[in-house]
Amino acid sequence: MIQAVMVINTQGKPRLAKFYEFQPVEKQQELIRSVYTVLSSRAEDVSNFLDVESIFGPDTRLVYKHFATLYFVFVFDSSENELAMLDLIQVFVETLDKCFKNVCELDVVLNYSKLHTVLDEIIFGGQVLETSSTEVLKAVEEIARLETASNAISLVPKSVSSWRSR
Amino acid sequence: MEQLKTIGRELAMGSQGGFGQSKEFLDLVKSIGEARSKAEEERIVLHEIETLKRRLAEPDIPKRKMKEYLIRLVYVEMLGHDASFAYIHAVKMTHDDNLVLKRTGYLAVSLFLNDDHDLIILIVNTIQKDLKSDNYLVVCTALNAVCKLINDETVPAVLPQVVELLAHQKEAVRKKAIMALHRFYQKSPSSVLHLVSNFRKRLCDNDPGVMGATLCPLFDLITIDVNTYKDLVVSFVSILRQVAERRLPKTYDYHQLPAPFIQIRLLKILAMLGSGDKQASEKMYTVVSDIFKKCDSTSNIGNAVLYECICCVSAIHPNPKLLDQAAQVISRFLKSDSHNLKYMGIDALGRLIKISPEIAEQHQLAVIDCLEDPDDTLKRKTFELLYKMTKSSNVEVIVDRMISYMISINDNHYKTYIASRCVELAEQFAPSNQWFIQTMNKVFEHAGDLVNVKVAHNLMKLIAEGFGEDDDTADSQLRSSAVESYLRIIGEPKLPSVFLQVICWVLGEYGTADGKYSASYITGKLCDVAEAYSNDETVKAYAVTAIKKIYAFEISAGRKVEMLPECQSLVEELSASHSTDLQQRAYELQAVIGIDAHAIESIMPSDASCEDVEIDKNLSFLDGYVQQAIEKGAQPYISENERTGMLNINNFRNQDQPEALSHSLRFEAYELPKPLVPSRVPPAAVASSTELVPVPEPYYARETHQTASLPSVSDAGSSELKLRLDGVQKKWGRPTYSSSASLTSTSSSHKTTNGVTQVDGVGTSNSKGRDTYDSRKPSVEISPEKQKLASSLFGGSSRTEKRASSGNHKVSKAAEKSHVGKAAGAHSDTVVEKINREPTPDLLDFSDLAVTSTAPSVDPFQQLEGLLDQTEATSTMNNGAAGASRTPEIMGLYADSAVSGLSSSVANRDEFNLSSELSNAARTSQVGVSQLNKGPNPKDSLEKDALVRQMGVNPTSQNPNLFKDLLG
Repeated sequence: MIQAVMVINTQGKPRLAKFYEFQPVEKQQELIRSVYTVLSSRAEDVSNFLDVESIFGPDTRLVYKHFATLYFVFVFDSSENELAMLDLIQVFVETLDKCFKNVCELDVVLNYSKLHTVLDEIIFGGQVLETSSTEVLKAVEEIARLETASNAISLVPKSVSSWRSR
Repeated sequence: MEQLKTIGRELAMGSQGGFGQSKEFLDLVKSIGEARSKAEEERIVLHEIETLKRRLAEPDIPKRKMKEYLIRLVYVEMLGHDASFAYIHAVKMTHDDNLVLKRTGYLAVSLFLNDDHDLIILIVNTIQKDLKSDNYLVVCTALNAVCKLINDETVPAVLPQVVELLAHQKEAVRKKAIMALHRFYQKSPSSVLHLVSNFRKRLCDNDPGVMGATLCPLFDLITIDVNTYKDLVVSFVSILRQVAERRLPKTYDYHQLPAPFIQIRLLKILAMLGSGDKQASEKMYTVVSDIFKKCDSTSNIGNAVLYECICCVSAIHPNPKLLDQAAQVISRFLKSDSHNLKYMGIDALGRLIKISPEIAEQHQLAVIDCLEDPDDTLKRKTFELLYKMTKSSNVEVIVDRMISYMISINDNHYKTYIASRCVELAEQFAPSNQWFIQTMNKVFEHAGDLVNVKVAHNLMKLIAEGFGEDDDTADSQLRSSAVESYLRIIGEPKLPSVFLQVICWVLGEYGTADGKYSASYITGKLCDVAEAYSNDETVKAYAVTAIKKIYAFEISAGRKVEMLPECQSLVEELSASHSTDLQQRAYELQAVIGIDAHAIESIMPSDASCEDVEIDKNLSFLDGYVQQAIEKGAQPYISENERTGMLNINNFRNQDQPEALSHSLRFEAYELPKPLVPSRVPPAAVASSTELVPVPEPYYARETHQTASLPSVSDAGSSELKLRLDGVQKKWGRPTYSSSASLTSTSSSHKTTNGVTQVDGVGTSNSKGRDTYDSRKPSVEISPEKQKLASSLFGGSSRTEKRASSGNHKVSKAAEKSHVGKAAGAHSDTVVEKINREPTPDLLDFSDLAVTSTAPSVDPFQQLEGLLDQTEATSTMNNGAAGASRTPEIMGLYADSAVSGLSSSVANRDEFNLSSELSNAARTSQVGVSQLNKGPNPKDSLEKDALVRQMGVNPTSQNPNLFKDLLG
């Protein structure tokens, strides 16, 4: 099971943090900080895997990938495969890239909720849901389409809108 | 420019619909991004929180604004600030009918709230409603929230709806419903146990995505109980085959690979189902082998699938062909430049060596490279591997490496971990007690505060008990060496407390035992310790007791004791200590000094720490005294039971506490309700227990099965592995197994014959390994230290005869390739490769025969002779080579030709070509006869074999005598 997804920039600021097992806010900060400390001390041409049992407890692994100014980090347990998780990061980033056309850190920050939407289509409750970025994109676009549609509806006076959705 | 870009983005986002953000949010992000210090960021965020609090308190907030505020709050909380004041607004937003708002509400709630938060109860109703919605996106959103927000108490509220959704027309919904059920199962297994059959049903879903999703819960279920799912093996295998044969729609391809994530999941499941189950495993062989062949090894995901194949192969009942394929993939991983692949390779190697230990030897240099890699992750993985392959022959090198790594790192968690590993290995494989003590000293010195106190006690015990044999001189040598090493170490600053305790104890017990050091010298040292670590009471206590012992031994030896002045002051200081323990020890010390030798001998006998102290629990020595007292009219002692019984009798009327009494009447009366007690257990537990009751049989079956299969699932020293394989062989009733397992590394059969003929113990195989390296130095650039390390790790890694030879063979083969090779080398290599590619069933049988080493159908000695000739050919071919380097080559050649002999068509050629020179070989061996018994030179041994055969001696028993004297 995947336990957490984080996106941290190279200065250590969290850009996205999603924990599939609840963590209190302070604990989240602590985890992000310790992950960043380890990541920032790693050289360029080393493996993408990290031994994080000291941070996340027994039976945890971490895979990360460094893109421009961002670290994409997945934390998971032994029921997942490290190399496959590395590709899942790739899927995530590819999808974001397709969503935003040359994704950069700014997109990630500003479209916080969209990022969550994309992630929710890839990972569901800690399990891999979809690995094809085109499929993910389709789902996300459909949501966006329906949301715009319902936005239009919400312009209708409130009483009417609630009547329509019944 | 930056601003332009921002504006551009803003515009673009506006057109994207619901994802647009307001100017305020952009400003917030920007100002946080530009914050120069943590404090400034803090200030901005706090200011933002204030603003939001104020805004939220305003009446009639437009919904779009509210959504915006929530997004900002989520952002603020991600930065580590509490946003709990807004949770209720998030909850309210989930009630909204507008999809955008609802989604935002759910997002915020699932990020904010834990599943036991008080507000959850307000959402459950909304979730129930949304799960029934016509709009599948609303359903998906609700399902998403369900995973995060529902706990075991609220599961029953939404369970019926989620189960209904399993039959939803949209596959996306079915998929998510399955996963939500899986999540319920993770959170509270008992609540969904009755629904487990749904997972099986959904395995046959029309949509491959839904089927793939079902694998996740099934994986969890199978992890817990393998046996109930054995019937699914066939289905899983056929699904895997279909996936691998690209029967799925193209949309499931990922990087040209058909549904790799489903493949990985299936392989993981098969690994569990096939573990220790030969029948099940046999069904998997073909499909796994196909995946090995088909998988694209250039892409990352392809390698992920291949790695999973290796994991599967190493978990299921071994199959030589698959093991061979796995070994090939591993060697490709290890040779790769990518650190990731090396990491996977090391991990896979660690799995495979449990089954075929000899495979590690081919990769020794790769492993050492990984060990010296700057990448910590890789290094640690390699230590893991080394830990798995530690034997008494290589324990010194491995533990040494571990300790030096341990010293170099600061990460306390890993330091503790590797220290405990060192201790474990040292305790298990220590070649000598001396080495053990030195190793422990190092571990204590550098990680003393991190290791378990038990380890210290074990060390003291070992020093006290010695070897456990009746060898007193060795024991006292051990002790005096320990004392000496501790006296050397004791002066170093900042030693860990646990280590000091050991030091004090040993010095007190044995400091003066061998008469080398005077009592005043030792006590002086101990006083120094007590003074230097004056705030550590445990150390002080150990030190003062040690001083007491020293003085006691002095007195009982009849020598006069003079207390050192510093010791005197220490005792004075301690007898006024706040700690009563220290006080007592100080007074004891003073008392001991005051009494005579005879008394001391009975209270402090020398070297008696291991003696059992007899304790008279009945205090029988007091009987006379008690008798006297009773005669004088004292009350007899009433035992505690009787006394409490009296108490209960006193409370007889108090009916509230009836159960604790020992009054016989009442006790009987309350005995009856007891069997009913389990019914008071909460319903959840009842469910699980009833679940267990109907299926005792499979449970039992699994138990027995595990014991039966235990031998094949090896986990530790490979010296035992051989034993285990034997066990399995008997269990399965077919003799092919152990041999077939060892076939994998291209060198199985010859290795055994070879091993029996030339094995000569660890030391020599070591030296040979080095020789080979030397010979190869000019052609391959590998530093001598590395080679040495390799040989000490791997060359000597084989205590059992079989492996010793195979190790040498590997080395020599490599050497051959690199610089001797040419004709003979190339030839034998191709032979090996050929066999690699097509391991025929014949091969199995031959190898099996070779294992037992009774005269097989292909006469091994004929090959031997062939070898000898070939050797001569090689040596003439390469005059310049040193004699030392030739030795291993011979073995390499021999080994190779032995392999080739197995596939007889190829081997025949060797024999025809070379057997003519047989007599020649025999002659040379006759010359060397006198030396044969002395040296374990493999060439000599081979020659001797030839000679023996000429004389018409045929080996009949499993371990013929002629082999035996070569072993000596």
